[in-house]
Amino acid sequence: MQIKLLLFGIVKDIVGKNTTELEIIPNTTITDFKSILIEQYPKLVAYKNFSVAVNENYVDDTYLIKANDVIAIIPPVSGG
Amino acid sequence: MENTSIHVTTEKLNLQACYDFVQDASCGGIALFVGTVRNLTKSKEVTLLDFSTYKPMAIKEMQKIADKALVDFDILKIAIHHAEGELQVGHIPVIIAVSSAHRKAAFDACQYAIDTLKGTVPIWKKEHFVDGEVWVNAHP
Repeated sequence: MQIKLLLFGIVKDIVGKNTTELEIIPNTTITDFKSILIEQYPKLVAYKNFSVAVNENYVDDTYLIKANDVIAIIPPVSGG
Repeated sequence: MENTSIHVTTEKLNLQACYDFVQDASCGGIALFVGTVRNLTKSKEVTLLDFSTYKPMAIKEMQKIADKALVDFDILKIAIHHAEGELQVGHIPVIIAVSSAHRKAAFDACQYAIDTLKGTVPIWKKEHFVDGEVWVNAHP
């Protein structure tokens, strides 16, 4: 299935756009998703401490990705 | 939620509006935290900061902070406002205002709110220098 990715901060700069799509199988974990993403964008390996949000909420590495989930890559935040 | 005011905006933040929102006759004090853009980072001159946000999630996370502050501290009202876009030295990226009957709860809630915001709210700043730019906190 195709999932939509939202990219921010340094990750947006590395990938070169603020949204993209990724092909994964249903029920992929966040851990496996991160590996797939880094395979596709090897430069992200230096920044793999990013968090992941699904549908605007943080999820942990065991979350199983579903069809229509909107995944956001959240590099270390620096607001304030 | 009438006891919380949450904003993420490209407009100039309004200190008076934050103060007016939390002010109440039952409160003996108001704590304000006002973030300001500093002119130096590690002795390099900053020309501007560019804040980008994942706005809908940032608003949700800021609301969570405000709601938890209302539960955990004996406060009446809390405002958390954050700017996005380009800000110059001296400009205000964030304001937190908290009112309470007694000062300790307001100070504690204000500190909790800014510390948590800096750790969880999806907002990123890029520092621009005369000779380049860098995403703050991005490098492990």
